[in-house]
Amino acid sequence: MNTEVKQILTTDGIPLEISLKKAERANKIKAFLLVAPLLLFLLITYIFPIGEMLTRSVDDKMITNMLPKTFKAMKNWDEQELPSEEVFASFLADYRILIEAKTQGKVAQRLNKEKNGFNSILKILIREMKNFEEGNTKKQIIAVHKRFGDVSYWRAIKRTAPPYSIGKYLKAVDMVIDENGDIVKVEEGRRIYTQLWLRTLEVAFFVTLFCFLMGYPIAHLLATIPMKYSNLLMICVLLPFWTSLLVRTASWMILLQQQGLVNDFFVMIGLVADDNRPEMMYNKVGTYVAMSQILLPFMVLPLYSVMKTVSPNLMRAGKSLGGTPFVSFWKIYFPLTTSGIGAGSLLVFILAVGYYITPELVGGASGKLISNSIAYHMKQTLDWSFASAMGLMLLVGVMAIYWIYNKLVGIDNIKLG
Amino acid sequence: MALPSYTETRYRIWHYIYLTICTSVFIYLIAPLFVIFPLSFSADEFLIFSEGMKRLDPDAFSTRWYKDMVWGTKNPWGLAAKNSFIVAIFATIGSVILGTIAALGLSSRHMPYKGIIMAILISPMIVPLIISGVAIFFFMAKVGLAATHTGIIIAHIILGTPFVVITVTATLSGFDHSVTRAAASLGSTQYNTFMKITLPLITPGVVSGALFAFVTSFDEVVVVLFLAGLENTTIPIQMWIGLREQLSPTILAVATCLIIMSTLILVTAELLRRRSERIRGINR
Repeated sequence: MNTEVKQILTTDGIPLEISLKKAERANKIKAFLLVAPLLLFLLITYIFPIGEMLTRSVDDKMITNMLPKTFKAMKNWDEQELPSEEVFASFLADYRILIEAKTQGKVAQRLNKEKNGFNSILKILIREMKNFEEGNTKKQIIAVHKRFGDVSYWRAIKRTAPPYSIGKYLKAVDMVIDENGDIVKVEEGRRIYTQLWLRTLEVAFFVTLFCFLMGYPIAHLLATIPMKYSNLLMICVLLPFWTSLLVRTASWMILLQQQGLVNDFFVMIGLVADDNRPEMMYNKVGTYVAMSQILLPFMVLPLYSVMKTVSPNLMRAGKSLGGTPFVSFWKIYFPLTTSGIGAGSLLVFILAVGYYITPELVGGASGKLISNSIAYHMKQTLDWSFASAMGLMLLVGVMAIYWIYNKLVGIDNIKLG
Repeated sequence: MALPSYTETRYRIWHYIYLTICTSVFIYLIAPLFVIFPLSFSADEFLIFSEGMKRLDPDAFSTRWYKDMVWGTKNPWGLAAKNSFIVAIFATIGSVILGTIAALGLSSRHMPYKGIIMAILISPMIVPLIISGVAIFFFMAKVGLAATHTGIIIAHIILGTPFVVITVTATLSGFDHSVTRAAASLGSTQYNTFMKITLPLITPGVVSGALFAFVTSFDEVVVVLFLAGLENTTIPIQMWIGLREQLSPTILAVATCLIIMSTLILVTAELLRRRSERIRGINR
């Protein structure tokens, strides 16, 4: 008996298996080629620049390039006692070059940040070094100012040697590397960033909560009333969704101002006195009220699309089996909509955590979030590496939620409108 | 939503509370948009409802802010509107072309590494705008496109493509591939099949993606704030400046125009969505 399986051949004599594989591979390549232009475009203009933020955030090359001889000479220094004559001589040589290039100020500034009091002694050094004699530099430099004889100042220089530093990341969580090279918290009064992160999380959390509390009932209403009414009411959700963000923020600025309609209404119903109108804008209240309204459609739409799939018969069945409306809601309806709650909440949270426009306009000083701080450092202080560091920390957080969202909902299930 | 006649009183009360809650939320959602209309016709320059307006006195209303918007001296709105439209139109064209082609590839069942690639293509929508702004700014500064129209258009193509990819893949997910096979078996070339069969069927998805891309670009301010020079000012930038410095009624006139525009876009998008569902036989 012939046990060999006879190969099936196509008309041109090639085995079918090979022929099919070839065709599938061609299809694979075709599909990939269609995606390739966009993928390449995004990689070049978007993904790599985000990666570049990483190198920028840890970049500390400036001083490494400015004092090359010093750092080379310091390589074998044990940091216990004052460095050798060689180190002093190379430092002086480096410093001379910098003065000629008129860039010594940057080094002085950076070293002063590392160890207070550097700036002034470096200035004195410029004045005194003109009278220096050849040889015995160590003694002459120490003679300029006694701080040059303090080993901790030389340790500070050595600490700035590596071309990369995580200093910006530490700064973003209110920490610094102290004189002994340990990571410590900054003084009580100067801790601002931890507070800012916490406030961002707090605002994002409460905005998500408010959106859920308001979005759930109206999504339920939209999903259960007859089509002709729900289409009309849906416009109330979709119109804000399509309207310019700045327009919506502007309308909240008008409503919430001290002479605005919300305050008028409070005065009318006697909640507050006319001469004692509360400030509702330029603080956290403004941020909460405006952001919840702006992000509410992002909660309602996913909830609605899930609720639409829940059959009304299930609730009827629950009731007919003796459940009160509350019990059947809680035991039947609510569990069936949890996927919608998850999708909506994650979406709102992701958007809220990185919000910039609305907090900037109505948030005042106490309603500003981490995004506003990033923009501030990009535009005002021009500390781009710090802005990059904070941006990447925010990005990692958002990506973690995005990952959960992807696992839970699937990214291709995002519903738009 | 009428209640059955046998409903107990406490559930009846609860039902009315529920309706009240829903009504208040709807008011909260939609009312702020309607504050802008009347105030943009105010005769005063204060952004509050004057006594005259509350009495509906015709003298308290005027169209001066609209005149100021169009003919006002030194007003930036003309240039801003021109720039906004140029940027939005080109960004939309770019996003639609790149996004649609990519969506066609993504919907193929042969597509390798679908998950990770989809995640990358959608990321500009998920990454906070401020981070996108910083990254795109670094890129544009490096290639010398900062403060140019081209730079802003490229930035907006980045931000617009995810919407096109999502809407077109959604349309393609209900797509019956046997029609293209039928066309092929009847001797149609691939190009011909695409133009005559596939494209007309996915058009609703493409157009609604285009609307999203257009609105995204037209309304985008964070990234433009990093990229724009004085020459590239757009409507959102001017509104941003106005809202930060001084809230003038002219801004409300502009805002009213924007609301009218978004209403038109909403109606178009809704009609398209229904048409698309009808063509694809969903809900029928």
